[in-house]
Amino acid sequence: MAGLNSTKLHVAKTIKLYISGAFPRTESGRSFPVYLFNSKKIYAHLCRASRKDLRNAVAAAKSAQAGWCGRSAYNRSQILYRMAEMMEGKRNEFIEIFVQTLGYSSAEANDVVEQAIDALVYYAGFADKFQQLIGAVNPVSGPHHNFTTPEAVGVVALICAEKFDFSRFVGQIAAITCSGNSTVVLLAQDGAAVLAPLAEVFATSDLPGGVINLLSGFAEELAPHLAGHMEIDSICLARNDENMRAAVKEDAVFNLKRIVDNPANELSLAQILQFVEYKTVWHPIGF
Amino acid sequence: MAKVKNSAESVNGDRFKFEYAPAPEAIDMVKIKKENKLFINGKWVSGKSEKFFETINPANGEKLAELTEADAQDVDRAVKAARKAFNGEWSKISGKERGRYLFRIARIIQERSRELAVLETMDNGKPIKESRDFDVPQLAANFFYFAGWADKLEYLFNGKSVQPLGIAGQIIPWNFPLLMAAWKLAPALAAGNCVVLKPAETTSLTALLLTEIIEESGLPAGVVNVITGAGKTGAALVNHPDVDKIAFTGSTEVGKTIARSTVKSKKILTLELGGKSAHIVYEDAAIEQAVEAVVGGIYFNQGHVCCAGSRLLVEESIAPVFVHKLKHRMASLRVGDPLDKNTDIGAINSRSELDKIKKLVAAARNEGYEYFETAATALPEKGYFINPCFFNNVASSANICRREVFGPVLAIQTFRTPAEAIKKANDTAYGLAAGIWSEKGSKIHKTAAGLKAGVIWANTYNKFDPASPFGGYNESGWGREGGRHGLLSYVEVK
Repeated sequence: MAGLNSTKLHVAKTIKLYISGAFPRTESGRSFPVYLFNSKKIYAHLCRASRKDLRNAVAAAKSAQAGWCGRSAYNRSQILYRMAEMMEGKRNEFIEIFVQTLGYSSAEANDVVEQAIDALVYYAGFADKFQQLIGAVNPVSGPHHNFTTPEAVGVVALICAEKFDFSRFVGQIAAITCSGNSTVVLLAQDGAAVLAPLAEVFATSDLPGGVINLLSGFAEELAPHLAGHMEIDSICLARNDENMRAAVKEDAVFNLKRIVDNPANELSLAQILQFVEYKTVWHPIGF
Repeated sequence: MAKVKNSAESVNGDRFKFEYAPAPEAIDMVKIKKENKLFINGKWVSGKSEKFFETINPANGEKLAELTEADAQDVDRAVKAARKAFNGEWSKISGKERGRYLFRIARIIQERSRELAVLETMDNGKPIKESRDFDVPQLAANFFYFAGWADKLEYLFNGKSVQPLGIAGQIIPWNFPLLMAAWKLAPALAAGNCVVLKPAETTSLTALLLTEIIEESGLPAGVVNVITGAGKTGAALVNHPDVDKIAFTGSTEVGKTIARSTVKSKKILTLELGGKSAHIVYEDAAIEQAVEAVVGGIYFNQGHVCCAGSRLLVEESIAPVFVHKLKHRMASLRVGDPLDKNTDIGAINSRSELDKIKKLVAAARNEGYEYFETAATALPEKGYFINPCFFNNVASSANICRREVFGPVLAIQTFRTPAEAIKKANDTAYGLAAGIWSEKGSKIHKTAAGLKAGVIWANTYNKFDPASPFGGYNESGWGREGGRHGLLSYVEVK
């Protein structure tokens, strides 16, 4: 048990942010408490990320993206599968957090972890296949070789739903990153303690630092800065709050970020394709 | 550099001096109505407010016709007619039958191609050789291509079924009036949507002629509705609550306004916006072909092309030779009467566009960048014309290097390494297109992979095809048009 209110003197883990493959505290010196389920007993203090933390995370995501996209699809697939393996190894740690902070039964918590592992394996297997399913050699009229390939859109910000849904947002992270995007994830306060083991999964999966960055904090505070950030290319908007969605969408128009509004909760090709651009290349055919 | 008068002589010497006899296209087969109505629910109807506006021939400034200015009530009528057709007759007919209508429209376009080409040139100002050999054949080709999709939608997306979105409000620009109408109408109809189309206010006449063709094809009433007007009419269409999909081609500025105005709605948007596309020429390129492509890339259609290669990035080692050859080639470009078959560069579409281009050119000249323009032919006294020009050794920060001019104005820069070329090419808010010239295949692929652009022409430029997806990264817009990917913009994947 990690809580400060434990009767024994456990070493309580400080849950820090995950930026650029490192675990910094928020530069702001702020935190917010996570409680044991249905109690006022503190489970842990989490970092309340600031605008500057967000910008650091975006800078990390931006600098990591080209390298990640440049990896072979096979390699990205291997790394996503490695995440599944690492999550499997931490299964009990996840279960403990879900039981203690969210009140899940052990069986429920186990199912949720199982589904998240499924999502990682599913998209690991898709990393080197979606290109063939949506790419095309186009039969243009004239002596030209013309082909269309999907390409990662760049830096994608994920604003998680208010209500904690572990397998859904792990699936979204996998769908976003399997094609070569990097991401900055803004976790909801609900269930945010999961940041600790999740970040450790990413940190120990051979994933290059900066490809996935995790921030705990207040969406109301950070979403506007994220929506207006010029280095973010796309926003996956899973948050339900209508006012926040409208505000984010409006601010995102400034540099025409792609908005993936209310993404479906499913494992599918369509989820990957929401985060790609299509590049069409022409070349003459002749001697 | 000072303006070069009769530069064909100054660059080429007197050895090659060609005289051209006038070769005007006949206009007698084009019948233009003095007053034009709206096409709503299968009928030509007057606007509620009975307001009209003029459309002119930009080659001489003379009035061609008057067009109805559709107001919010007219837009509402058109959307209601589209909804009625979508819920009624159009939803009941099979994909095969939808395809038949599109095939029929394509064939009638071919049969009336001369009429369409001549009117397009009169209304838009583009050279007849372009409207005749490019715009109208592509118009027909787009209807033919998407016609064949209509009964094959079950193959469109792997493992999923697709459904039409409903009512598509489509707003198109003035640079390729017919072709843009085809890019919008053909996939929308193939996928089973109904449409309200608003052509640009300066170039509505050919859209109305195309509407006559659609009427002639027997397409059920309300499936295609065409309303004329300017920004206010477009805004009424964008903001109409019963429109499911907005497809807009035009400026990034207006595209952003549309995106902002729909954030609280469920409307689905595709936006084909501006560009500042880079044309990269490596030292190992086929130089003569590259020169030809650079000229075509920027001066085609007076430079009124969203994907125009408006930035030339030439490798430093060949820059002097390349620029010399470019001047030589530009010296034989003929600016003049768009209806003359020898004309390479026609009229700028409107006074306001001409003023905008002149202002940007003047500002860049004031900034002191090396300037070159050709004047192989004297500009006509009437109408809106400008000589093709370029600025050499331009800084990446220069306005002329960053802003979309949408005219026959090229900005030239140099680079030393492929990495620098890619970095400079990507140094833009846009991401529509790019060109690469090299005889080395691996270099082309590596460069293409590094460029943030939706369309890349390698050892060619400005090629278009209905089967080829078109659209950009970043501020060049959202979504693709053309090909299978373009059709996906008009369906919901279930």
